[in-house]
Amino acid sequence: MSAATPAPADGTFCFTPENEGTARAIIAKYPPRRQASAVLPLLDLAQRQNGGWLSQAALDYVAQYLQMPPIRVYEVATFYTMFNLKPVGRHHVQVCTNLPCWLRGSDAIVATCRKHLGIGPGETTADGEFTVSEVECAGACVNAPMVQIGDDYYEDLTADSMASILETLKAGGTPKPGSQSGRHSCEPAGGVTSLTSTPAVQRFLEKKAEGNR
Amino acid sequence: MPKLTIDGREVEVAAGLTVLQACESIGIEIPRFCYHERLSIAGNCRMCLVTMAGSPKPVASCAMPAADNMVIQTNTPEVHKMRRSVMEFLLINHPLDCPICDQGGECDLQDQAMAYGFDRGRFIENKRAVKDKYLGPLIKTIMTRCIHCTRCIRFATEIAGVPELGATGRGEGTEIGTYIEKALTSELSGNLIDVCPVGALTSKPYAFCARPWELRKTETIDVMDAVGSNIRVDARGNEVLRVLPRLNEEINEEWISDKTRFACDGLRRQRLDQPYIRVDGKLKPATWPEALSAIAGRLKGVPGARIGAIAGDLADCESMLLVKELMTRLGSSNLDCRQDGAALPAEPRAAYLFNTTIAGIEAADACLLIGTNPRIEAPLINARLRKRFRNGEFAVGLIGQAADLTYPFEHLGEDPRLIEEIASGRHPFAATLKAAQRPMLVLGMAALTRADGSAILDAARRIAETTGMIRPGDGWNGFNVLHTAAARTGGLDLGFVPGEGGLDTAGMLAAAETGALDVVYLLGADELDTSRLERAFVIYQGHHGDAGAHAADVILPGAAYTEKDATYVNTEGRVQQAQLACHPPGEARADWKIVRVLADKLGHPLGLDTLADVRARLAAANPLFASLDCIEPAAWAPFGTAGGIDAAPLGAAVENFYLTNPICRASVTMAECVDVLGDRQGRKTGTHG
Repeated sequence: MSAATPAPADGTFCFTPENEGTARAIIAKYPPRRQASAVLPLLDLAQRQNGGWLSQAALDYVAQYLQMPPIRVYEVATFYTMFNLKPVGRHHVQVCTNLPCWLRGSDAIVATCRKHLGIGPGETTADGEFTVSEVECAGACVNAPMVQIGDDYYEDLTADSMASILETLKAGGTPKPGSQSGRHSCEPAGGVTSLTSTPAVQRFLEKKAEGNR
Repeated sequence: MPKLTIDGREVEVAAGLTVLQACESIGIEIPRFCYHERLSIAGNCRMCLVTMAGSPKPVASCAMPAADNMVIQTNTPEVHKMRRSVMEFLLINHPLDCPICDQGGECDLQDQAMAYGFDRGRFIENKRAVKDKYLGPLIKTIMTRCIHCTRCIRFATEIAGVPELGATGRGEGTEIGTYIEKALTSELSGNLIDVCPVGALTSKPYAFCARPWELRKTETIDVMDAVGSNIRVDARGNEVLRVLPRLNEEINEEWISDKTRFACDGLRRQRLDQPYIRVDGKLKPATWPEALSAIAGRLKGVPGARIGAIAGDLADCESMLLVKELMTRLGSSNLDCRQDGAALPAEPRAAYLFNTTIAGIEAADACLLIGTNPRIEAPLINARLRKRFRNGEFAVGLIGQAADLTYPFEHLGEDPRLIEEIASGRHPFAATLKAAQRPMLVLGMAALTRADGSAILDAARRIAETTGMIRPGDGWNGFNVLHTAAARTGGLDLGFVPGEGGLDTAGMLAAAETGALDVVYLLGADELDTSRLERAFVIYQGHHGDAGAHAADVILPGAAYTEKDATYVNTEGRVQQAQLACHPPGEARADWKIVRVLADKLGHPLGLDTLADVRARLAAANPLFASLDCIEPAAWAPFGTAGGIDAAPLGAAVENFYLTNPICRASVTMAECVDVLGDRQGRKTGTHG
């Protein structure tokens, strides 16, 4: 894969009136004549509007919008893997395959994707619903293995839970984000081992409430 | 003034200098790849690492400002080891293709690997390979060789003003390129080849032509525009293979335009290598005696007033002087060196010079451009203007055709009457100029070659006078004429203009049409309407079979600028000498010799035998020619003639950047540039619809 291979030529791009307002608000956060600083949030905005990827037209539009040379925008967009320069499916399944996730079984997650979607990393289903990609560490190692779908993290995955997430998405549903093992956030997998008693403040409040009664 | 210790030596350097510059100031060489004196500091190659007392880690000397009490070490085993390691890293992905690389022999990476590198590599994985990029017809890329110093990106963005190059991707996937494939739209792009420290960017036309050590190097002067860039001509045998810039801070710094660099293949094509005589309407090869006899025969009995001479854009001062003397002896005062009809007087000198000087632009704080597009008329002057713009607080106004000059300017309009408005102070830009400490104006040929050129010259002079551009007291003269021809200033310095009752170019063309002029001597003059010379007997002396030669009755083959020792005066009025790099082809001869022999044949010997005699005569004709490479400030005096300025919009002085003279018109490389890039004024040629 070459990051510097431009996307095929495509149509035009223009912010929707709503996004136009958001863009103005983002630019207003930066000092005057420093509008180029807004390139990251604006590229993100454009990517969301454009169905999850940045077309050539979108890149050029952002460059023109921020009055910066197009190449400066291309540099940013190709640097960050979060910007997709080729069309992606409606659900962009980003499987982390870095060391912690791999040790915890990310191979099985990739295999599940392959089994249930029929595609491997870097591919998109024929119906344009799913794209699977391998990504570098997404910063949720404590809940490894994990995938990111859209803006949500799905953690503590197993082949089964991954399969059920994919099937839910296929059926048009919304799977519950976060840990799939039942634990809360990134609390220890085998249950809480410390701070198990009721916190003092809570005890005090409870006592106070009793007294009032 | 920070005081620091470098390798045990105490040094005091100017404030703002970096450690690397401080080291250089005492003659310590620090290896570097990404650092370049004229570009912003990137600090990404890490080759310039030195140790600094108190710093736990080595510092990149190119990016570290010199400060008081620093103790720097550049020559310790630790530093040597760091350099070796950096070198080893740089070479991890660099191919070992030096034997087939055009940079071989003049490669920074090769030299520094030799001097500072490790003698083996420990990397056993596969090297990465990068797809080559297309950057236009001039630059060949072998991107696998790239070490990501980003000099090219910084040059394009900062100096050339075309932010089209960038580094896309990241990590091992980083690639230098334009992302969207396109030719670089710069007329300074050739300099990327020089700034590239490795063989990633090399010259496309020169690819696989020669090795640097095979070449004979001649330091000389460029004539593609009136800037007089200092160049080095590299030749092998009798063939010019390439042209490189030579450092001259006053003129071209270390850059040259693409035309200067790449038009040299035109020196091999369309050459006039023997005399020709027109017989029955067809040019037939002839010998020198035959050609000279033909001229002598035709000139016999022709009164001087029916003979005229026009000098072209590439004529050297020696031959112009001799032609002028010959014409005087023949009794003719029909002389002109302004084949474009520019309304420039030969007196006073300040009227036709770039008085501010090119380096002086950096001191200006406001500039009015009139009828000029410096980007294509003199790319290096434009680069200076851009340099000045980058230093901040530089107001630029333009009267004439709007174009992308690589710096912002206020487009006042195309109507030349605006010049009069500014001169009379009615236009708001007059206030901008008046408020400036050192205002300047640049008057281009598009304004001067009009019928009302003299009135425009007069109005421009009044702008200079009324807005404080002329201040002999503190040595500031903001009045500038930007010539497009290398020969023009020299011609005017020699008074190669109509004498008493003589005809100028337009007059000669008109007289030749009506039959009032019998003989026209074209000294390399190609950029005029030669169809109007049909009734006259045309003698063409020049080096290329261009318009002038096609119209000629006798062709005297001369030498191109690389083939003669010749004097040129640049637009600033700087007298410079070109040197012979190789000999003229075939029967062609140095131009002054041709005129001398012709004068003998015509019975008017000029009494000159050697080049030294000619140079002495040159100095006698104008003492300026005695002092080389320096600027003599010209005294201010009134010039121009008051008159009405026509409302017709100002045009362009240079139709096509790549095709301004016979040499570049004969160049295949320039033709390719036209094909790909159009005329550099935003227009493609006719074949592009």
